[in-house]
Amino acid sequence: MRERAPKVLRGPVPRNKEDDQVVYIDGDSAPRILFSGEDLLLEDLPIGTRVIYPKPPIEGLANPGAAIRYALNHPHDTEPLYAQLAPGMRVTIAVDDISLPLPPMTTPDIRQTIIEIVLELLDANGVDDVHIVIANSLHRRLSEAEMKRMVGSKIHDAFYPDRYYNHDAEDPDGIVHLGKTDHGESVNINRRAVESDLVIYVNINLVPMDGGHKSVAVGLCDYESLRPHHEPETIRASDSYMDPKRSMLNTKVERQGALVDRHMNVFHIETALNNRIYAGATAFLSKNEDEFTEIDRLKFEAMRWTLSKMPRGAKRKLFQSIPAQYQMIACHAGKTEPVHERILQRCWDQYAVHVRGQADVLICPVPFVSPYNVNSILNPILVQVMGLGYFHNFYRGKPILKKGGVLILTHPCYDEFDHNHHPSYIEFFNRLLPETRDAMKLRHKYEEEFAKNPSYIEMYRRGNAYHGAHPFFMWYWGENGRQHVGKVIVAGAENAHVPKILGWERSESLTEAIAMAKSFVGPSPEITMMHHPPIVMADME
Amino acid sequence: MAAAAFYDLDGTLVRTNLVHAFAFSARNQQGILKSITKTIATLSSVPLFMAADFFNRRLFNDIFFVRYKGESEDRLRCLSQELFDTVLKPSIFPGAYELIDKSRQLGLRQVLVTGALDLTVQPLAKHLKIDDYVTNRLEFVDGYATGRLLPPVVAAASKASWMRIYAEKEKLNLSDCYSYSDSMSDLPMLSVVGHPTAVNPDLRLRNTALQHDWPILDLR
Repeated sequence: MRERAPKVLRGPVPRNKEDDQVVYIDGDSAPRILFSGEDLLLEDLPIGTRVIYPKPPIEGLANPGAAIRYALNHPHDTEPLYAQLAPGMRVTIAVDDISLPLPPMTTPDIRQTIIEIVLELLDANGVDDVHIVIANSLHRRLSEAEMKRMVGSKIHDAFYPDRYYNHDAEDPDGIVHLGKTDHGESVNINRRAVESDLVIYVNINLVPMDGGHKSVAVGLCDYESLRPHHEPETIRASDSYMDPKRSMLNTKVERQGALVDRHMNVFHIETALNNRIYAGATAFLSKNEDEFTEIDRLKFEAMRWTLSKMPRGAKRKLFQSIPAQYQMIACHAGKTEPVHERILQRCWDQYAVHVRGQADVLICPVPFVSPYNVNSILNPILVQVMGLGYFHNFYRGKPILKKGGVLILTHPCYDEFDHNHHPSYIEFFNRLLPETRDAMKLRHKYEEEFAKNPSYIEMYRRGNAYHGAHPFFMWYWGENGRQHVGKVIVAGAENAHVPKILGWERSESLTEAIAMAKSFVGPSPEITMMHHPPIVMADME
Repeated sequence: MAAAAFYDLDGTLVRTNLVHAFAFSARNQQGILKSITKTIATLSSVPLFMAADFFNRRLFNDIFFVRYKGESEDRLRCLSQELFDTVLKPSIFPGAYELIDKSRQLGLRQVLVTGALDLTVQPLAKHLKIDDYVTNRLEFVDGYATGRLLPPVVAAASKASWMRIYAEKEKLNLSDCYSYSDSMSDLPMLSVVGHPTAVNPDLRLRNTALQHDWPILDLR
């Protein structure tokens, strides 16, 4: 790293830090590491820039198995699991899909640990009509290898493929209409789950928008049930959708969940993980760069040099081959709402960093992975959903960025799509976005055409493709961010056309992007950088 | 404006191809000796058919359909239902029913555009509830096949031409139409519609579909 000039304080440099995870750049500060897709950038940030770091990982539970058993035996607002079991009953275990946690965790996956314990209990109580359904909603089907990794070979070999499979939202015989909420929202749910005496839902709560009623009401539903809340007005009315109490999305899902609870007996098992993505050789990536040792610097330079010599596909494989070292920090079971409330609290304990004051310019590095491209490519629509969707919504209280401020993303914005996973995204990006970026117009004019496109339906059902409507949902996911920001600049975009189609500006470097931002918001902006991954959420004062 | 879904047949909706249908007729000749001779001749020509098809679909047609020379029309018609029951029906890809069903639900007219013979396609089209189809037709003189096809020969670019004329006649908007094929020779048929899809594609079509960002579907 380069030599620094003697410390010179320029501009307003707040000294009363609001949280230990908040660092202000001064003359002595080291350059910061930023993800830019599959690359790592090293950038000097302007003096006075506020960098918000994730909290250190909360220590994992020493004995996750014991914690799970305790949760099953001491559930909230319902009988213990063993007391609900009887020989001959029909049980469905529904489980979160591969979209979380991110990146996929080391094996054994916590879902495997939970399902092994649940299956033991079912077996001991004479329950043998058991199916395991992956609650992938309109997400892609998991491949057999991914399914095996998620639950381990013992469960996989015993249940796959007849009793361990992906939910199919387009199976005409596989969906049951439970009714409509008092607001007219349809609730159509997986037939096997509806016709079971008991549904045991195994959840991983990565971010606060996960879990709760979303698990069954969204994870096991069909397109018609998603339409009422996966739409632009709902997202605009969510402030933010990571804050369930102020999320219209959550309100609507809760209404559907209440209807589910009237028709189905759901025993919810929720878990919270810490944010221990990096450990061992990559642990330096979660450190404050000012606290780097010489070894850390060497590791970083070696990693950056190696990445610079590799083709993008190989870099992607490399990152995807490094599993996250997550540990479970909480497990609760019982009725959906009390369980979810407790798990959410632990999520916020891990992610929330107290932040005082909004920024004029927000810098968000975009890494190689999102919930929708595990083992795949972060295509332009997903870059959009990371920036204007997830990162914008990572707040509680008010957005980190002032209304009309500038969002700077670091990503190459390559024009690459996975034809197997994201076929409808390609048409959405190349055919629809050049015509309009208006989410309302897209929904009314084109969403149904894509959702009912027979090719996309077959690719969803028989291949590993996201549903035809999914790129629309991803676009709506960025709607409140799009309404809020004044401008998006993508630093390091390798082409002009992708940012242009997305409605963004591009710059060669972060320095240039900051200069462009200054010309938009004024010469002395408050600049904030979110130093993720791991996930960090702003608890705004 | 109305729209349609155009399907190639062999390799797209069914596992079999023209050679399977011909082999069935060869196997069911009058007399064992004739059946054996014709079957061996057909099997030994398979590499030639494959090479011709790889090079040019028209060349393949010229080489292939001459094998029907001397076949009685009555006999071919008699065998067609049996051919459907024993060869074609079991060869329909499981996903084909669902694809056609979803497509019909969208209000699309279902149309087969295939180089197979009308004799073989008729019962299949009825079974799949296809609204319209265009096929190749053998020329018969005095009730016996001459080994030539009646014009227009349905193959490659002529499929696309037929679709254009059909769309005009039926007032269909080709931009809203769908097209499905497994073969690179059907590139024109895929290119004239707004929603082309490569189905169970060969390597060349797969690469083309990737370049054009067309969906790639596996119905097998």
